[in-house]
Amino acid sequence: MTVARFGRVAVTALSSLILPLLAAGFLATLLITLAPGFGVDERELDNRFSAEGVANIRRSMAPQRNVLISYFSYLKGVSHGDLGVSRAFDRPVVQLLKERAAVTGINLAVGLSIGWAAGFLLASSGMLRRLSALRPAWVTCSGAMLCIPSALAAFAVVVMNGPAGLAVAMAIGPRIFRYADNLFRAGGRRAHVLCARAKGLSDYRLLVNHIYPSALPELIALAGVSVNIALGAVIPVEVFCDRPGIGQLAWKAALGRDLPLLVNITLMVTAVTLIANRTSDMLIRALGRRAL
Amino acid sequence: MKRVALVLVSVVFVTALAANLIAPAGYEKQFRDSPNARPSRQFPLGTDELGRDRFSRLLYGSRVSLLLAPAAAAFATLLGATLGLVAGYAGGWLEGLILRFTDLFASMPGLFLLFTLRAILPLNVSPGVSVCVTFSLLALLGWTSGARVVRAAVIQVRNSNYVLQARAMGCRPLRVLFIHIAASLRPVAATQFWLYVPVFLLAEANLSMLGLGVTEPLPSWGNLLSELQNYRAFLEAPWLLAPAVLLLIVLGSLQFLFADREVGQ
Repeated sequence: MTVARFGRVAVTALSSLILPLLAAGFLATLLITLAPGFGVDERELDNRFSAEGVANIRRSMAPQRNVLISYFSYLKGVSHGDLGVSRAFDRPVVQLLKERAAVTGINLAVGLSIGWAAGFLLASSGMLRRLSALRPAWVTCSGAMLCIPSALAAFAVVVMNGPAGLAVAMAIGPRIFRYADNLFRAGGRRAHVLCARAKGLSDYRLLVNHIYPSALPELIALAGVSVNIALGAVIPVEVFCDRPGIGQLAWKAALGRDLPLLVNITLMVTAVTLIANRTSDMLIRALGRRAL
Repeated sequence: MKRVALVLVSVVFVTALAANLIAPAGYEKQFRDSPNARPSRQFPLGTDELGRDRFSRLLYGSRVSLLLAPAAAAFATLLGATLGLVAGYAGGWLEGLILRFTDLFASMPGLFLLFTLRAILPLNVSPGVSVCVTFSLLALLGWTSGARVVRAAVIQVRNSNYVLQARAMGCRPLRVLFIHIAASLRPVAATQFWLYVPVFLLAEANLSMLGLGVTEPLPSWGNLLSELQNYRAFLEAPWLLAPAVLLLIVLGSLQFLFADREVGQ
Protein backbone atom coordinates (compact mmCIF):
# COMPACT_ATOMS: atom_id res chain seq x y z
CA MET A 1 0.00 0.00 0.00
CA THR A 2 1.45 3.40 -0.97
CA VAL A 3 1.77 6.18 1.58
CA ALA A 4 -0.84 8.26 -0.26
CA ARG A 5 -3.35 5.41 -0.24
CA PHE A 6 -2.69 4.67 3.42
CA GLY A 7 -3.19 8.36 4.18
CA ARG A 8 -6.48 8.38 2.25
CA VAL A 9 -7.74 5.31 4.15
CA ALA A 10 -6.70 6.85 7.48
CA VAL A 11 -8.40 10.16 6.67
CA THR A 12 -11.60 8.35 5.57
CA ALA A 13 -11.63 6.23 8.72
CA LEU A 14 -11.01 9.23 10.97
CA SER A 15 -13.60 11.39 9.25
CA SER A 16 -16.21 8.64 9.44
CA LEU A 17 -15.49 8.44 13.16
CA ILE A 18 -14.91 12.06 14.09
CA LEU A 19 -17.57 13.76 11.94
CA PRO A 20 -20.49 11.77 13.41
CA LEU A 21 -19.09 12.44 16.88
CA LEU A 22 -18.87 16.19 16.21
CA ALA A 23 -22.40 16.15 14.83
CA ALA A 24 -23.64 14.13 17.82
CA GLY A 25 -21.88 16.59 20.15
CA PHE A 26 -23.64 19.48 18.45
CA LEU A 27 -27.01 17.74 18.75
CA ALA A 28 -26.29 17.10 22.41
CA THR A 29 -25.40 20.76 23.05
CA LEU A 30 -28.59 21.80 21.26
CA LEU A 31 -30.63 19.47 23.47
CA ILE A 32 -29.01 20.84 26.63
CA THR A 33 -29.62 24.45 25.69
CA LEU A 34 -33.26 23.68 24.82
CA ALA A 35 -33.88 21.86 28.11
CA PRO A 36 -36.25 23.63 30.51
CA GLY A 37 -34.40 25.55 33.18
CA PHE A 38 -31.09 25.63 31.29
CA GLY A 39 -29.15 28.86 31.65
CA VAL A 40 -31.23 29.95 34.65
CA ASP A 41 -29.30 30.72 37.82
CA GLU A 42 -31.04 30.04 41.14
CA ARG A 43 -29.63 33.33 42.44
CA GLU A 44 -32.19 35.04 40.17
CA LEU A 45 -34.85 33.99 42.71
CA ASP A 46 -32.90 35.40 45.65
CA ASN A 47 -34.68 38.52 47.01
CA ARG A 48 -31.42 39.97 48.30
CA PHE A 49 -30.26 40.72 44.74
CA SER A 50 -31.35 44.02 43.26
CA ALA A 51 -32.90 44.26 39.78
CA GLU A 52 -29.53 45.39 38.49
CA GLY A 53 -27.82 42.40 40.14
CA VAL A 54 -30.30 39.95 38.60
CA ALA A 55 -29.76 41.62 35.22
CA ASN A 56 -25.98 41.17 35.65
CA ILE A 57 -26.46 37.49 36.50
CA ARG A 58 -28.63 37.05 33.41
CA ARG A 59 -26.05 38.82 31.26
CA SER A 60 -23.31 36.53 32.59
CA MET A 61 -25.43 33.46 31.73
CA ALA A 62 -26.29 34.73 28.24
CA PRO A 63 -23.30 33.13 26.43
CA GLN A 64 -24.33 29.71 27.80
CA ARG A 65 -27.72 30.03 26.09
CA ASN A 66 -26.04 30.46 22.71
CA VAL A 67 -25.75 26.99 21.15
CA LEU A 68 -22.63 27.73 19.11
CA ILE A 69 -20.75 29.37 21.99
CA SER A 70 -21.72 26.49 24.31
CA TYR A 71 -20.64 23.96 21.69
CA PHE A 72 -17.24 25.47 21.09
CA SER A 73 -16.54 25.94 24.79
CA TYR A 74 -17.52 22.27 25.29
CA LEU A 75 -15.14 21.20 22.50
CA LYS A 76 -12.39 23.35 24.02
CA GLY A 77 -12.97 21.63 27.36
CA VAL A 78 -12.92 18.17 25.76
CA SER A 79 -9.60 18.94 24.07
CA HIS A 80 -8.18 19.60 27.57
CA GLY A 81 -9.80 16.46 29.03
CA ASP A 82 -12.47 18.50 30.85
CA LEU A 83 -16.00 17.12 30.33
CA GLY A 84 -17.63 19.47 32.81
CA VAL A 85 -19.13 18.87 36.24
CA SER A 86 -22.02 16.59 37.08
CA ARG A 87 -24.96 18.45 38.65
CA ALA A 88 -26.38 15.41 40.44
CA PHE A 89 -23.06 14.20 41.89
CA ASP A 90 -21.32 17.59 42.05
CA ARG A 91 -18.10 16.00 40.80
CA PRO A 92 -16.10 16.18 37.54
CA VAL A 93 -17.64 13.96 34.86
CA VAL A 94 -14.23 12.53 33.91
CA GLN A 95 -13.70 11.31 37.46
CA LEU A 96 -17.12 9.61 37.57
CA LEU A 97 -16.54 7.92 34.20
CA LYS A 98 -13.06 6.72 35.20
CA GLU A 99 -14.38 5.18 38.41
CA ARG A 100 -17.14 3.25 36.70
CA ALA A 101 -15.66 2.32 33.33
CA ALA A 102 -13.93 -0.79 34.68
CA VAL A 103 -17.17 -2.29 36.06
CA THR A 104 -18.99 -1.76 32.77
CA GLY A 105 -15.98 -3.04 30.83
CA ILE A 106 -16.00 -6.27 32.82
CA ASN A 107 -19.78 -6.68 32.42
CA LEU A 108 -19.47 -6.13 28.68
CA ALA A 109 -16.49 -8.45 28.31
CA VAL A 110 -18.19 -11.24 30.27
CA GLY A 111 -21.51 -10.72 28.48
CA LEU A 112 -20.01 -10.60 25.00
CA SER A 113 -17.74 -13.60 25.63
CA ILE A 114 -20.46 -15.83 27.06
CA GLY A 115 -23.09 -14.61 24.57
CA TRP A 116 -20.85 -15.14 21.56
CA ALA A 117 -19.51 -18.49 22.78
CA ALA A 118 -23.00 -19.83 23.49
CA GLY A 119 -24.62 -18.45 20.34
CA PHE A 120 -21.79 -19.50 18.05
CA LEU A 121 -21.35 -23.00 19.50
CA LEU A 122 -25.08 -23.76 19.52
CA ALA A 123 -25.49 -22.50 15.94
CA SER A 124 -22.50 -24.65 14.91
CA SER A 125 -23.94 -27.69 16.69
CA GLY A 126 -27.07 -27.38 14.53
CA MET A 127 -24.89 -28.08 11.48
CA LEU A 128 -23.52 -31.33 12.91
CA ARG A 129 -25.74 -34.31 12.06
CA ARG A 130 -25.15 -35.93 15.47
CA LEU A 131 -26.39 -32.85 17.33
CA SER A 132 -28.86 -31.41 14.82
CA ALA A 133 -31.80 -33.03 16.64
CA LEU A 134 -31.26 -30.49 19.41
CA ARG A 135 -31.60 -27.52 17.05
CA PRO A 136 -35.40 -27.04 17.51
CA ALA A 137 -34.80 -26.79 21.26
CA TRP A 138 -32.15 -24.07 20.76
CA VAL A 139 -34.41 -22.20 18.31
CA THR A 140 -37.29 -22.28 20.82
CA CYS A 141 -35.05 -21.21 23.72
CA SER A 142 -33.49 -18.36 21.76
CA GLY A 143 -36.95 -17.26 20.58
CA ALA A 144 -38.20 -17.20 24.16
CA MET A 145 -35.13 -15.28 25.33
CA LEU A 146 -35.64 -12.69 22.59
CA CYS A 147 -39.05 -11.99 24.16
CA ILE A 148 -37.55 -11.11 27.55
CA PRO A 149 -36.59 -7.50 28.30
CA SER A 150 -32.98 -7.10 29.49
CA ALA A 151 -34.28 -5.77 32.81
CA LEU A 152 -36.16 -9.03 33.40
CA ALA A 153 -33.07 -11.05 32.44
CA ALA A 154 -31.13 -9.02 35.02
CA PHE A 155 -33.82 -9.80 37.58
CA ALA A 156 -33.44 -13.54 36.82
CA VAL A 157 -29.67 -13.23 37.32
CA VAL A 158 -30.18 -11.47 40.67
CA VAL A 159 -32.52 -14.26 41.81
CA MET A 160 -29.95 -16.88 40.72
CA ASN A 161 -27.16 -14.84 42.34
CA GLY A 162 -25.17 -14.94 39.09
CA PRO A 163 -22.72 -12.43 37.59
CA ALA A 164 -24.21 -9.30 35.95
CA GLY A 165 -22.40 -10.17 32.72
CA LEU A 166 -24.64 -13.23 32.42
CA ALA A 167 -27.67 -10.97 31.95
CA VAL A 168 -25.83 -9.12 29.15
CA ALA A 169 -25.04 -12.54 27.64
CA MET A 170 -28.76 -13.38 27.78
CA ALA A 171 -29.41 -10.35 25.58
CA ILE A 172 -26.55 -11.11 23.16
CA GLY A 173 -26.57 -14.91 22.94
CA PRO A 174 -30.00 -15.47 21.31
CA ARG A 175 -29.32 -12.84 18.65
CA ILE A 176 -25.90 -14.31 17.82
CA PHE A 177 -27.45 -17.78 17.68
CA ARG A 178 -30.32 -16.74 15.38
CA TYR A 179 -28.06 -14.81 13.00
CA ALA A 180 -25.24 -17.39 12.94
CA ASP A 181 -27.75 -20.22 12.53
CA ASN A 182 -29.30 -18.50 9.49
CA LEU A 183 -25.86 -17.83 8.01
CA PHE A 184 -24.61 -21.36 8.54
CA ARG A 185 -27.77 -22.89 7.10
CA ALA A 186 -27.56 -20.62 4.05
CA GLY A 187 -23.88 -21.57 3.71
CA GLY A 188 -24.75 -25.25 4.00
CA ARG A 189 -27.07 -24.98 0.99
CA ARG A 190 -24.36 -23.59 -1.32
CA ALA A 191 -23.38 -25.73 -4.31
CA HIS A 192 -19.74 -26.23 -3.32
CA VAL A 193 -20.71 -27.28 0.21
CA LEU A 194 -23.30 -29.77 -1.08
CA CYS A 195 -20.67 -31.10 -3.48
CA ALA A 196 -18.10 -31.46 -0.66
CA ARG A 197 -20.69 -33.24 1.49
CA ALA A 198 -21.55 -35.59 -1.39
CA LYS A 199 -17.84 -36.43 -1.69
CA GLY A 200 -17.92 -37.58 1.94
CA LEU A 201 -16.28 -34.66 3.78
CA SER A 202 -16.99 -34.84 7.52
CA ASP A 203 -19.35 -32.33 9.18
CA TYR A 204 -16.49 -30.76 11.16
CA ARG A 205 -14.38 -30.18 8.07
CA LEU A 206 -17.35 -28.83 6.16
CA LEU A 207 -18.02 -26.39 8.95
CA VAL A 208 -14.41 -25.27 9.49
CA ASN A 209 -13.19 -25.25 5.88
CA HIS A 210 -16.29 -24.18 3.96
CA ILE A 211 -19.13 -22.77 6.05
CA TYR A 212 -17.19 -20.61 8.55
CA PRO A 213 -15.05 -18.85 5.91
CA SER A 214 -18.08 -17.92 3.80
CA ALA A 215 -19.94 -16.59 6.86
CA LEU A 216 -16.94 -14.68 8.25
CA PRO A 217 -17.70 -11.17 6.83
CA GLU A 218 -21.28 -11.22 8.18
CA LEU A 219 -20.08 -12.54 11.54
CA ILE A 220 -17.53 -9.72 11.79
CA ALA A 221 -20.29 -7.20 11.00
CA LEU A 222 -22.41 -8.84 13.69
CA ALA A 223 -19.53 -8.50 16.16
CA GLY A 224 -19.62 -4.72 15.63
CA VAL A 225 -23.40 -4.59 16.07
CA SER A 226 -23.31 -6.85 19.14
CA VAL A 227 -21.25 -4.24 21.01
CA ASN A 228 -24.12 -1.78 20.49
CA ILE A 229 -26.70 -4.34 21.69
CA ALA A 230 -24.57 -5.13 24.75
CA LEU A 231 -24.24 -1.42 25.61
CA GLY A 232 -28.03 -1.09 25.42
CA ALA A 233 -28.49 -4.09 27.70
CA VAL A 234 -25.94 -2.92 30.23
CA ILE A 235 -28.15 -0.12 31.69
CA PRO A 236 -31.04 -2.25 33.02
CA VAL A 237 -28.57 -4.98 33.98
CA GLU A 238 -26.42 -2.67 36.12
CA VAL A 239 -29.49 -1.03 37.65
CA PHE A 240 -31.19 -4.28 38.60
CA CYS A 241 -27.99 -6.06 39.65
CA ASP A 242 -26.85 -2.93 41.54
CA ARG A 243 -23.44 -2.74 39.85
CA PRO A 244 -21.76 0.70 39.97
CA GLY A 245 -21.02 0.95 36.25
CA ILE A 246 -21.67 3.50 33.53
CA GLY A 247 -25.13 2.07 32.83
CA GLN A 248 -26.20 2.67 36.41
CA LEU A 249 -24.59 6.13 36.27
CA ALA A 250 -26.65 6.96 33.15
CA TRP A 251 -29.82 5.84 34.92
CA LYS A 252 -29.05 7.94 38.00
CA ALA A 253 -28.22 10.91 35.75
CA ALA A 254 -31.56 10.49 33.93
CA LEU A 255 -33.49 10.34 37.20
CA GLY A 256 -31.57 13.38 38.50
CA ARG A 257 -31.96 15.20 35.15
CA ASP A 258 -28.19 15.62 35.07
CA LEU A 259 -27.90 16.53 31.39
CA PRO A 260 -24.15 17.32 31.21
CA LEU A 261 -23.37 13.86 32.59
CA LEU A 262 -25.97 12.12 30.42
CA VAL A 263 -24.78 13.79 27.25
CA ASN A 264 -21.15 12.91 27.96
CA ILE A 265 -22.07 9.28 28.63
CA THR A 266 -24.13 9.17 25.42
CA LEU A 267 -21.23 10.61 23.42
CA MET A 268 -18.78 8.18 24.99
CA VAL A 269 -21.01 5.22 24.19
CA THR A 270 -21.52 6.59 20.65
CA ALA A 271 -17.74 6.71 20.23
CA VAL A 272 -17.38 3.10 21.42
CA THR A 273 -20.16 2.00 19.04
CA LEU A 274 -18.60 3.86 16.12
CA ILE A 275 -15.14 2.43 16.83
CA ALA A 276 -16.58 -1.11 17.02
CA ASN A 277 -18.49 -0.66 13.75
CA ARG A 278 -15.59 0.98 11.90
CA THR A 279 -13.20 -1.74 13.09
CA SER A 280 -15.52 -4.44 11.81
CA ASP A 281 -15.91 -2.54 8.49
CA MET A 282 -12.13 -2.33 8.10
CA LEU A 283 -11.71 -6.02 8.92
CA ILE A 284 -14.35 -6.95 6.33
CA ARG A 285 -12.61 -4.80 3.71
CA ALA A 286 -9.25 -6.35 4.56
CA LEU A 287 -10.78 -9.83 4.22
CA GLY A 288 -12.32 -8.88 0.87
CA ARG A 289 -8.96 -7.65 -0.45
CA ARG A 290 -7.23 -10.85 0.70
CA ALA A 291 -9.89 -12.95 -1.05
CA LEU A 292 -9.31 -11.00 -4.27
CA MET B 1 -48.50 -23.32 15.02
CA LYS B 2 -49.20 -20.08 13.16
CA ARG B 3 -52.92 -20.49 13.79
CA VAL B 4 -52.34 -21.05 17.52
CA ALA B 5 -50.11 -17.97 17.59
CA LEU B 6 -52.74 -15.92 15.76
CA VAL B 7 -55.46 -17.05 18.20
CA LEU B 8 -53.26 -16.21 21.22
CA VAL B 9 -52.39 -12.72 19.96
CA SER B 10 -56.03 -12.09 19.04
CA VAL B 11 -57.27 -13.21 22.46
CA VAL B 12 -54.78 -10.97 24.29
CA PHE B 13 -55.53 -8.06 21.97
CA VAL B 14 -59.34 -8.36 22.23
CA THR B 15 -59.14 -8.83 26.01
CA ALA B 16 -56.99 -5.71 26.27
CA LEU B 17 -59.40 -3.73 24.10
CA ALA B 18 -62.34 -4.85 26.23
CA ALA B 19 -60.56 -3.99 29.49
CA ASN B 20 -63.40 -1.64 30.56
CA LEU B 21 -65.91 -4.48 30.26
CA ILE B 22 -63.83 -7.33 31.70
CA ALA B 23 -61.82 -5.64 34.47
CA PRO B 24 -63.47 -5.98 37.88
CA ALA B 25 -62.23 -2.50 38.88
CA GLY B 26 -60.62 0.62 37.43
CA TYR B 27 -56.84 0.65 37.16
CA GLU B 28 -56.50 3.30 39.88
CA LYS B 29 -59.28 2.14 42.19
CA GLN B 30 -57.82 1.45 45.62
CA PHE B 31 -59.14 -1.19 48.00
CA ARG B 32 -57.58 0.31 51.10
CA ASP B 33 -58.72 -2.55 53.32
CA SER B 34 -56.73 -5.09 51.33
CA PRO B 35 -53.26 -3.88 50.35
CA ASN B 36 -50.78 -6.58 49.24
CA ALA B 37 -53.61 -9.15 49.16
CA ARG B 38 -52.88 -12.64 47.82
CA PRO B 39 -54.82 -13.94 44.79
CA SER B 40 -58.45 -14.65 45.61
CA ARG B 41 -61.79 -14.82 43.84
CA GLN B 42 -62.17 -11.05 44.26
CA PHE B 43 -58.59 -10.25 43.19
CA PRO B 44 -57.37 -12.95 40.75
CA LEU B 45 -53.77 -11.62 40.83
CA GLY B 46 -53.91 -10.05 44.28
CA THR B 47 -53.47 -6.35 45.00
CA ASP B 48 -50.42 -4.11 45.06
CA GLU B 49 -49.16 -2.15 48.08
CA LEU B 50 -51.68 0.63 47.37
CA GLY B 51 -54.55 -1.88 47.31
CA ARG B 52 -55.11 -1.72 43.54
CA ASP B 53 -56.36 -4.86 41.80
CA ARG B 54 -53.41 -6.29 39.81
CA PHE B 55 -55.65 -8.16 37.36
CA SER B 56 -57.50 -4.97 36.36
CA ARG B 57 -54.21 -3.11 36.05
CA LEU B 58 -52.83 -5.90 33.88
CA LEU B 59 -55.83 -5.65 31.53
CA TYR B 60 -55.56 -1.86 31.25
CA GLY B 61 -51.76 -2.09 31.00
CA SER B 62 -52.07 -4.55 28.12
CA ARG B 63 -54.27 -2.03 26.34
CA VAL B 64 -51.68 0.73 26.77
CA SER B 65 -48.80 -1.46 25.55
CA LEU B 66 -50.68 -3.22 22.74
CA LEU B 67 -52.25 -0.09 21.30
CA LEU B 68 -49.35 2.30 21.58
CA ALA B 69 -46.50 0.00 20.47
CA PRO B 70 -48.18 -0.56 17.06
CA ALA B 71 -48.98 3.17 16.88
CA ALA B 72 -45.31 4.00 17.50
CA ALA B 73 -44.31 1.31 14.99
CA ALA B 74 -46.63 2.87 12.40
CA PHE B 75 -45.12 6.32 13.06
CA ALA B 76 -41.54 4.98 12.81
CA THR B 77 -42.41 3.09 9.61
CA LEU B 78 -44.00 6.19 8.09
CA LEU B 79 -41.03 8.37 9.03
CA GLY B 80 -38.45 5.85 7.79
CA ALA B 81 -40.41 5.09 4.62
CA THR B 82 -40.82 8.78 3.73
CA LEU B 83 -37.14 9.53 4.21
CA GLY B 84 -36.10 6.32 2.43
CA LEU B 85 -38.47 7.07 -0.42
CA VAL B 86 -37.14 10.58 -0.91
CA ALA B 87 -33.49 9.47 -0.56
CA GLY B 88 -33.86 6.56 -2.98
CA TYR B 89 -35.77 8.53 -5.61
CA ALA B 90 -33.94 11.85 -5.45
CA GLY B 91 -30.38 10.47 -5.30
CA GLY B 92 -27.43 12.89 -5.37
CA TRP B 93 -26.74 15.26 -2.49
CA LEU B 94 -30.18 14.82 -0.94
CA GLU B 95 -29.66 11.07 -0.71
CA GLY B 96 -26.21 11.62 0.79
CA LEU B 97 -27.60 14.08 3.34
CA ILE B 98 -30.44 11.77 4.40
CA LEU B 99 -28.07 8.79 4.62
CA ARG B 100 -25.58 10.69 6.78
CA PHE B 101 -28.43 11.82 9.03
CA THR B 102 -29.67 8.23 9.23
CA ASP B 103 -26.17 6.96 10.03
CA LEU B 104 -25.80 9.56 12.75
CA PHE B 105 -29.05 8.45 14.42
CA ALA B 106 -28.23 4.77 13.95
CA SER B 107 -24.80 5.11 15.55
CA MET B 108 -26.19 6.76 18.69
CA PRO B 109 -27.07 4.27 21.42
CA GLY B 110 -30.87 4.15 21.56
CA LEU B 111 -31.48 3.66 25.27
CA PHE B 112 -28.88 6.28 26.30
CA LEU B 113 -30.37 8.80 23.87
CA LEU B 114 -33.87 7.99 25.14
CA PHE B 115 -32.67 8.71 28.67
CA THR B 116 -31.26 12.06 27.54
CA LEU B 117 -34.44 13.05 25.69
CA ARG B 118 -36.64 11.86 28.57
CA ALA B 119 -34.55 13.91 31.03
CA ILE B 120 -35.06 17.06 28.96
CA LEU B 121 -38.85 16.88 29.19
CA PRO B 122 -40.60 18.80 31.96
CA LEU B 123 -41.24 16.89 35.19
CA ASN B 124 -44.88 17.90 35.60
CA VAL B 125 -46.33 15.95 32.66
CA SER B 126 -49.53 13.97 33.14
CA PRO B 127 -49.44 10.14 32.89
CA GLY B 128 -51.30 10.31 29.55
CA VAL B 129 -48.70 12.68 28.12
CA SER B 130 -45.87 10.50 29.50
CA VAL B 131 -47.27 7.50 27.61
CA CYS B 132 -47.48 9.44 24.36
CA VAL B 133 -44.01 10.92 24.90
CA THR B 134 -42.46 7.51 25.65
CA PHE B 135 -43.82 5.88 22.52
CA SER B 136 -43.18 8.94 20.34
CA LEU B 137 -39.54 8.97 21.46
CA LEU B 138 -39.27 5.26 20.65
CA ALA B 139 -40.61 5.97 17.16
CA LEU B 140 -38.40 9.04 16.67
CA LEU B 141 -35.29 7.02 17.49
CA GLY B 142 -36.26 3.77 15.80
CA TRP B 143 -36.94 4.75 12.18
CA THR B 144 -33.39 4.40 10.85
CA SER B 145 -33.43 0.75 9.74
CA GLY B 146 -36.73 1.37 7.91
CA ALA B 147 -35.26 4.31 6.00
CA ARG B 148 -32.30 2.23 4.80
CA VAL B 149 -34.45 -0.74 3.77
CA VAL B 150 -36.99 1.41 1.92
CA ARG B 151 -34.22 3.36 0.16
CA ALA B 152 -32.68 0.10 -1.06
CA ALA B 153 -36.10 -1.05 -2.32
CA VAL B 154 -36.73 2.29 -4.10
CA ILE B 155 -33.35 2.09 -5.86
CA GLN B 156 -34.39 -1.31 -7.23
CA VAL B 157 -37.75 0.00 -8.42
CA ARG B 158 -36.95 3.51 -9.69
CA ASN B 159 -35.60 2.30 -13.05
CA SER B 160 -38.16 -0.45 -13.59
CA ASN B 161 -40.26 -0.46 -16.75
CA TYR B 162 -43.51 0.73 -15.20
CA VAL B 163 -41.84 3.70 -13.54
CA LEU B 164 -40.04 4.65 -16.76
CA GLN B 165 -43.34 4.34 -18.64
CA ALA B 166 -45.15 6.50 -16.09
CA ARG B 167 -42.42 9.14 -16.48
CA ALA B 168 -42.55 8.91 -20.27
CA MET B 169 -46.31 9.47 -20.14
CA GLY B 170 -45.67 12.73 -18.34
CA CYS B 171 -46.42 11.82 -14.73
CA ARG B 172 -45.11 14.42 -12.32
CA PRO B 173 -42.23 13.29 -10.01
CA LEU B 174 -44.38 13.47 -6.86
CA ARG B 175 -47.09 11.34 -8.48
CA VAL B 176 -44.50 8.79 -9.64
CA LEU B 177 -43.01 8.75 -6.15
CA PHE B 178 -46.12 8.53 -3.99
CA ILE B 179 -48.55 6.72 -6.32
CA HIS B 180 -46.42 4.35 -8.39
CA ILE B 181 -43.28 3.67 -6.34
CA ALA B 182 -44.79 3.91 -2.85
CA ALA B 183 -47.53 1.43 -3.80
CA SER B 184 -44.96 -1.23 -4.66
CA LEU B 185 -43.23 -0.73 -1.30
CA ARG B 186 -46.20 -1.78 0.83
CA PRO B 187 -44.80 -5.27 1.61
CA VAL B 188 -41.44 -3.77 2.66
CA ALA B 189 -43.16 -1.21 4.89
CA ALA B 190 -45.43 -3.89 6.40
CA THR B 191 -42.39 -6.04 7.23
CA GLN B 192 -40.69 -3.09 8.89
CA PHE B 193 -43.85 -2.37 10.88
CA TRP B 194 -44.03 -5.92 12.24
CA LEU B 195 -40.31 -5.85 13.07
CA TYR B 196 -40.78 -2.64 15.05
CA VAL B 197 -43.74 -3.78 17.19
CA PRO B 198 -41.83 -6.31 19.38
CA VAL B 199 -38.80 -4.01 19.55
CA PHE B 200 -40.94 -1.16 20.90
CA LEU B 201 -42.80 -3.44 23.31
CA LEU B 202 -39.47 -4.57 24.76
CA ALA B 203 -38.05 -1.04 24.84
CA GLU B 204 -41.13 0.25 26.67
CA ALA B 205 -40.86 -2.62 29.15
CA ASN B 206 -37.20 -1.82 29.81
CA LEU B 207 -37.80 1.93 30.13
CA SER B 208 -40.82 1.59 32.40
CA MET B 209 -39.10 -1.01 34.58
CA LEU B 210 -36.38 1.60 35.11
CA GLY B 211 -39.00 4.21 36.05
CA LEU B 212 -38.45 6.32 32.92
CA GLY B 213 -41.33 5.20 30.75
CA VAL B 214 -45.06 5.20 31.41
CA THR B 215 -45.66 6.89 34.77
CA GLU B 216 -48.03 5.96 37.59
CA PRO B 217 -50.94 5.59 38.03
CA LEU B 218 -51.32 4.56 34.36
CA PRO B 219 -50.32 0.90 34.01
CA SER B 220 -48.27 -0.71 31.24
CA TRP B 221 -46.52 -4.07 31.07
CA GLY B 222 -43.23 -2.35 31.85
CA ASN B 223 -44.28 -0.42 34.93
CA LEU B 224 -46.25 -3.41 36.26
CA LEU B 225 -43.00 -5.38 36.04
CA SER B 226 -41.16 -2.68 37.98
CA GLU B 227 -42.62 -4.23 41.15
CA LEU B 228 -39.93 -6.87 40.62
CA GLN B 229 -37.27 -4.36 41.69
CA ASN B 230 -37.92 -5.76 45.15
CA TYR B 231 -37.00 -9.31 44.21
CA ARG B 232 -37.78 -10.71 47.65
CA ALA B 233 -41.42 -9.77 47.02
CA PHE B 234 -41.37 -11.95 43.91
CA LEU B 235 -40.22 -15.01 45.87
CA GLU B 236 -43.36 -14.68 48.01
CA ALA B 237 -45.61 -13.59 45.13
CA PRO B 238 -44.63 -15.26 41.83
CA TRP B 239 -47.85 -13.98 40.20
CA LEU B 240 -46.03 -10.65 39.85
CA LEU B 241 -44.58 -12.23 36.71
CA ALA B 242 -48.02 -12.23 34.98
CA PRO B 243 -47.13 -9.21 32.73
CA ALA B 244 -43.89 -11.00 31.72
CA VAL B 245 -45.91 -14.08 30.78
CA LEU B 246 -48.23 -11.96 28.63
CA LEU B 247 -45.23 -10.26 27.03
CA LEU B 248 -43.73 -13.67 26.29
CA ILE B 249 -47.00 -14.93 24.79
CA VAL B 250 -47.47 -11.91 22.54
CA LEU B 251 -43.85 -11.62 21.38
CA GLY B 252 -43.50 -15.40 20.98
CA SER B 253 -46.69 -15.50 18.91
CA LEU B 254 -45.46 -12.62 16.76
CA GLN B 255 -42.24 -14.56 16.17
CA PHE B 256 -44.22 -17.55 14.96
CA LEU B 257 -46.49 -15.40 12.80
CA PHE B 258 -43.63 -13.56 11.15
CA ALA B 259 -40.92 -16.22 11.34
CA ASP B 260 -40.12 -15.72 7.66
CA ARG B 261 -39.51 -12.03 8.39
CA GLU B 262 -37.11 -12.78 11.25
CA VAL B 263 -38.90 -10.92 14.05
CA GLY B 264 -36.56 -10.01 16.87
CA GLN B 265 -33.34 -9.87 14.93
